[in-house]
Amino acid sequence: MTALIDLIQQGRPVDGHRPWPRAIVDADLWEVAAAHLAAGDWSLLDLWGEPDRVHMTLLEEAGATVGTVSLDCPDRRYPSIARRHPPALRLERTLRDLYGLEPVGLADDRAWLDHDRWGVRHPLGSAEQDFEPLPKYRFLPAEGESLHRIPVGPVHAGIIEPGHFRFTANGETVVRLEERLGYVHKGIDSLMAGAAIERAAMLAGRTSGDSTVAYALAFSAAVEAALGMEVPARAVALRAVMAELERLANHFGDIGAICNDAAFAMMHAHTGVLRERVLRASDAAFGHRLMRDRVVPGGVAVDLTADGIAAIRALLAEAHRSFPPLVTLYDETASLQDRTVTTGIVGEPLVRQYAAGGYVGRASGRSFDARRLPGYAPYADLPFEVPVRHDGDVNARVWIRIQEVGQSLALIEALLERLPGGPLHVPLPAGSGEGAALVEGFRGDVHAWVRIAADGTVERCRLRDPSWFQWPLLEAAIEGNIVADFPLCNKSFNCSYSGHDL
Amino acid sequence: MRKLLLDGLLKRPLTEPAPPPDDAGLAELATRIRRKLGRSLSIREVDAGSCNGCELEIHALNNAFYDLDRFGIRFVASPRHADVLLVTGPVTRNMREALERTWNATPDPKWVVAVGDCALDGGLFAGSYAVEGGVSSVIPVDLHIRGCPPSPTALLQGLLALLEKAERG
Repeated sequence: MTALIDLIQQGRPVDGHRPWPRAIVDADLWEVAAAHLAAGDWSLLDLWGEPDRVHMTLLEEAGATVGTVSLDCPDRRYPSIARRHPPALRLERTLRDLYGLEPVGLADDRAWLDHDRWGVRHPLGSAEQDFEPLPKYRFLPAEGESLHRIPVGPVHAGIIEPGHFRFTANGETVVRLEERLGYVHKGIDSLMAGAAIERAAMLAGRTSGDSTVAYALAFSAAVEAALGMEVPARAVALRAVMAELERLANHFGDIGAICNDAAFAMMHAHTGVLRERVLRASDAAFGHRLMRDRVVPGGVAVDLTADGIAAIRALLAEAHRSFPPLVTLYDETASLQDRTVTTGIVGEPLVRQYAAGGYVGRASGRSFDARRLPGYAPYADLPFEVPVRHDGDVNARVWIRIQEVGQSLALIEALLERLPGGPLHVPLPAGSGEGAALVEGFRGDVHAWVRIAADGTVERCRLRDPSWFQWPLLEAAIEGNIVADFPLCNKSFNCSYSGHDL
Repeated sequence: MRKLLLDGLLKRPLTEPAPPPDDAGLAELATRIRRKLGRSLSIREVDAGSCNGCELEIHALNNAFYDLDRFGIRFVASPRHADVLLVTGPVTRNMREALERTWNATPDPKWVVAVGDCALDGGLFAGSYAVEGGVSSVIPVDLHIRGCPPSPTALLQGLLALLEKAERG
């Protein structure tokens, strides 16, 4: 087996790509990478493009290596990765929609984000104004006696994001679920191109609202890598406090919301209070309930005062007091367990193949956590565990969240105890370059890649939500379950629509 | 479970007093509301391309601190049951038709409240090939609630303003 680093070295290295190497490869090496992905040696972290180029970031867990390979495709064609490695499928369909880059050998010719409403074809490529309409979207067939279809969305019954689900059911049992996403595509890629770094950071923070800290952090870290700069120690610590607060808020919200979808409203009411307390403490400490625009390239925008620390400490004390009885309540309520245990199982081979991050991966045996690998400051100096389970059902995804709540509470405590002094922010040096970052949001690893132009603006920026590799697994999780359990399965994944649709 | 339930009965509720209605909101409503609703408002929320930040804060209205239900305001699952559409996001082109169809499915009289800076004019996403740029470019808007995202208190102020105006007729 070729090591990932060997493949990178066989290509032409790109100077100044940090923190991991990027190499320009030829079509043969590109195919070698596809073969390693298909064989399960490596994982696909991202696949994205530019008008005449495709990039792929790969992870070799065994060697703890991350690297990016790029293939020039002046004729707008490249060998399909998805043909051999299905997790790339929707990414390749997206590349075709946005750039007009054709994955050679891919059987699926359907559009993904393009719903034929933009008034322009391939907006980031040739941007054609004059084009033929797209063929009607064909959902995958499911044939047999007594099958019926249930179309759901894009506008759902609850207060959630829009997307379309096409169920094929046999009585109550789901035979096939197919997702149709792209409804909230805002064109973030195009808005990023040429934007000033400050504006681009704000856009990054609005890619997926529940992960605004994670996105701002990923984008900032990529910019800082591109410019080869260090962030002050106090800013690093405050970023981590914010990131863990964000994780807490979302996990509290999710745990209750999953139970609520099993009609156990009491849990929802109590975790809702906890979530609100996190948001209020965040507001008191950092001046915004979701901590939006608080992480900026070069550091952080606000300091944490003694009052802020007191607010966070009070939150920690309250969470330590009131969360354990809720965990007991969850664990000892048979009617609730009846709904969550053995529902929506995802097997370990699938999460490994898709390199699914976050609780989706960790509930099914994949322990990957970007805070550990590739790892970033300040986590190397902090004690924390990455919980892993192997049952892969809704219950396992609830339990991973429960355990991560404990870890985040301990991390915040440890961070507050040794908060370094010093500046909050350093000015960005002039210069250009390319940088990347992988940051662990509450949902999983967020990938950011950025190229800074010589004039200091963002030439290109790529943001990849963890949901790209989780949405397809939801289709697998629901198979053979009853329609009524879909909300439970869906909420236990809690994939992002906006982060996915960009 | 019994202990948690008992605690809930014996302890002081977390619910906070209502904020004063938002005056700016009242002014904007002006002539649009024609009928009394009798202190009851059913809301259908429509995400028309938001980042999900607004949804999080709209959700928070249902928690014990804000307890939206006490004002007779509640979220409903279908536009056919709704008096108000609460719309977030810059309205992506891919969501335009769904928003229009939701609006058409809402019986008269109906009001539209646009939530968040994106819903006002597209916000940071204005100018993209993929967004319409604000809810009012697609359906008539009666009230804007600013913020990125607006806090639950700001949302509550806006909705109470709508309700008071409706009561006065």
